[in-house]
Amino acid sequence: MKSVQRRDFLRATAAATALGIPGLQLWPRSAIAQTADTLTIAYNVSPPSWDPNTGPSSVSPGLSSIYRSIYDPYVVQREDLALAPGVCDQFAWNADKSAITLRVRKGVTWHDGRPLSPGDVAWNLNRLSTLPAPLQAIFASIKNIKVAGDTVSFDVTPWRANMLERLTFLGCYLIPPHYYEKVGKEGFEKAPMGSGPYMIEQFERGSFLRLRAYEGYWGGAPAFKTVVFKFATDAATRIAEIERGSSDLAIDMPWEEFDRLKTRPGLTGVAHPTTDIAMIFLHNVGVMADPNVRKAAVHAIDKKLIVERIQRGYSRPIDTLLAPQYRGYDASIATPYDPKLAAELLAKSGYTRDKPVEFTIQTTRGYKPKDYETVQAIVEMWRRVGIKANIEVYEIAKHFELRTQHKLAPAAFYNWGNSTADPESSLGSAMFSKSPHTSWKGAEVDAALSALFIEKDDAKRMAGYRAVNATIAENAYILPLFQFYQPVVYKTSLAYKPHLAGFILPQSITRAR
Amino acid sequence: MSPATLLRRLLLAVPTMFGVAVVVFVLLRVVPGDPIAMMIPGEATPEDVARLRESYGLDKSILHQFVLYLGQLVQGDFGVSISLKQDVLELVLGRLPATLELAFVAITLSVTCGFALALAATFWTGSWIESVVDGINSIALAIPEFLWAMLLILAFAVLMPLFPISGRIDPMRATAFTTQFYLLESIVRGEFGLARELLGHLALPAISLALPLIAVIARVLKSSLQEVMVQDYILLARVKGFSDLRILTREALPNALLPTITLTGVHFIFLVGGTVLVELIFAYPGIGNMLFGAASNRDLPLIQGVTIVFALLFILLNIAIEMTYALVNPRLRR
Repeated sequence: MKSVQRRDFLRATAAATALGIPGLQLWPRSAIAQTADTLTIAYNVSPPSWDPNTGPSSVSPGLSSIYRSIYDPYVVQREDLALAPGVCDQFAWNADKSAITLRVRKGVTWHDGRPLSPGDVAWNLNRLSTLPAPLQAIFASIKNIKVAGDTVSFDVTPWRANMLERLTFLGCYLIPPHYYEKVGKEGFEKAPMGSGPYMIEQFERGSFLRLRAYEGYWGGAPAFKTVVFKFATDAATRIAEIERGSSDLAIDMPWEEFDRLKTRPGLTGVAHPTTDIAMIFLHNVGVMADPNVRKAAVHAIDKKLIVERIQRGYSRPIDTLLAPQYRGYDASIATPYDPKLAAELLAKSGYTRDKPVEFTIQTTRGYKPKDYETVQAIVEMWRRVGIKANIEVYEIAKHFELRTQHKLAPAAFYNWGNSTADPESSLGSAMFSKSPHTSWKGAEVDAALSALFIEKDDAKRMAGYRAVNATIAENAYILPLFQFYQPVVYKTSLAYKPHLAGFILPQSITRAR
Repeated sequence: MSPATLLRRLLLAVPTMFGVAVVVFVLLRVVPGDPIAMMIPGEATPEDVARLRESYGLDKSILHQFVLYLGQLVQGDFGVSISLKQDVLELVLGRLPATLELAFVAITLSVTCGFALALAATFWTGSWIESVVDGINSIALAIPEFLWAMLLILAFAVLMPLFPISGRIDPMRATAFTTQFYLLESIVRGEFGLARELLGHLALPAISLALPLIAVIARVLKSSLQEVMVQDYILLARVKGFSDLRILTREALPNALLPTITLTGVHFIFLVGGTVLVELIFAYPGIGNMLFGAASNRDLPLIQGVTIVFALLFILLNIAIEMTYALVNPRLRR
């Protein structure tokens, strides 16, 4: 239609530049450097609900970082998972371990300034024991709650060994009865209140949460007056946030990015072990009922190589469901990498590389870091000894559905978290056939675990778990792989102390000296 | 569109909505993923599973659940979200404005830039500008919106920190809004500084969504314009001595507009429902972000609620597009 002259082009370019540059400068440059009193965290999970004791949110370990900023648990769990005084400054089982007594700390107040009383603690315990929540069967053991002076006691019937540990986190946070009864369930969701170190100032669901330090907190004022959690589900967004400097701390990113970011000027990083392990559920159906096949599957896997090559060294190989930081851990239980032994075991059952044993292994893809890649590597290691495993990728929702129905494939990759550090919460639940979370069904393990569930002598209980663990490892009833690490990148101006449970607690982050 | 036609369209929406409700309800119950299995932790017992199933009404037959659901739906009760523990309708209507604002800004950008590119390519047909426009269109179309989002973050939020990376508003700003239409409200209130900040947050997600659409609009409009430009009445306009620019904008454009309007309307509908990935990447608190969470948690009432509201919105937008179409094309005013 019309040819372009050089002059037209230059004129148009000049006009566009004149309009464009000031236009760009119109946009506010978002905070590059944070103010001294504000801590901004690029976080991966947004709280769906503010009731910390019921619904799916109550059992989400990722949300505990946020809940513990706002609500107090009955008893505090330290970074090494040991129990420590919290709102209840004394806590103990009675002599025959039939009841627990909690002493309520004086001077604790709710965010509206009203004192937190022993009666409030009793109300919360009663709610916990009757609430239709995911862990109700456990908390239904809380019975006969009594208040005497500044103490609250309750019976544990039926007995549960880890009841004290349970009072530290998932589904166990104190909420103010006077406020909850006044505003109701929906009112509480809209304006929640607790007694923790921070109060909610503004919440934009799915986007950010702004917290303000509670001046009257019994544990002393936290280092930062304002804390912002930016909810960035996508790792790339969290990486961009920390790289640009608009967040002070970011968690969970690919290891390649972690290695790159921690060396950038002004940033540092720590990768620390958490109470989350990777494992393969074995289901004693079909070929997996053959002990030679199971044992071969275990000995054929070079976990060290997987950790080095796929996890870039940021995880720890394990041979039992208990990680080194768990109670009852026994370092002497080992299932070493031995492909020759694996081939021999398979040969005993008539399988060779040319005539391999065949089964399905299920896995998620992207649910946990490098889950699919890990399973691919395992399948290749198995192939070398005479195991042909067919990978079936499914969504995590499908895994949960199949697991509750006891319909998992002969092998299924999964991760298991246990922040109580008590073996009952991992080994007990993952291997007891009446639990909705097991794949293995065995009378021998069931009998041993049933006895341990009611054993009140702690030394005997731990010895019992060591023995069960040895039996499980010896017979290859399950295939533990490695303990996950958590990557955290933060500004060098901060002092951050890792928590074994993977919590990012703003109240424990301070300024670096 | 006559009032009778409009009424007929609205009445037709009722069986459509019923069909949507049936399909969504049945589909959600046959696809893998049990919401109770998703929420129980390692230590939960079979009794916990049964109790939770009962408390959410999932122990009843699918037919029984559907009858109950339909009964609630006709009363305007969309149920309570399993994961968010709030009224579903309230949640959906609370998030929808954020997505509508994002979609509106994206579509405005798409139309503006798409029109500019199409007009430029037609005006300078056969020149290198047309080739440049075609090249831009090809690149914009070849890269999916989530990748654009990543590239834009890298370029304009990290390397050149011109725009915020995430969110809808600066987390440190203490502003109380009366409505959920933040941008609109800030403009109405005359708070232009706030409006500028909100636009800053909208910029990168809106551009990510707009880029592929700019290319589509530019291509369709350019093609329509090129068809019109060879018609006799354009020749007549040239003979009359009208300038090239006037012929293009006043004579050709109105007649080439119809397919683009239809396309833009359809894409606006897709934009409203298709912002999930972009909202997730930019941590933008819209309905797509909420839908992702609902799907991850198998929050059946919330997924159903979002789908029903989307379906209703799509029907209403379709009717609106048809009305616009009739306004532009006099032959359709019957």
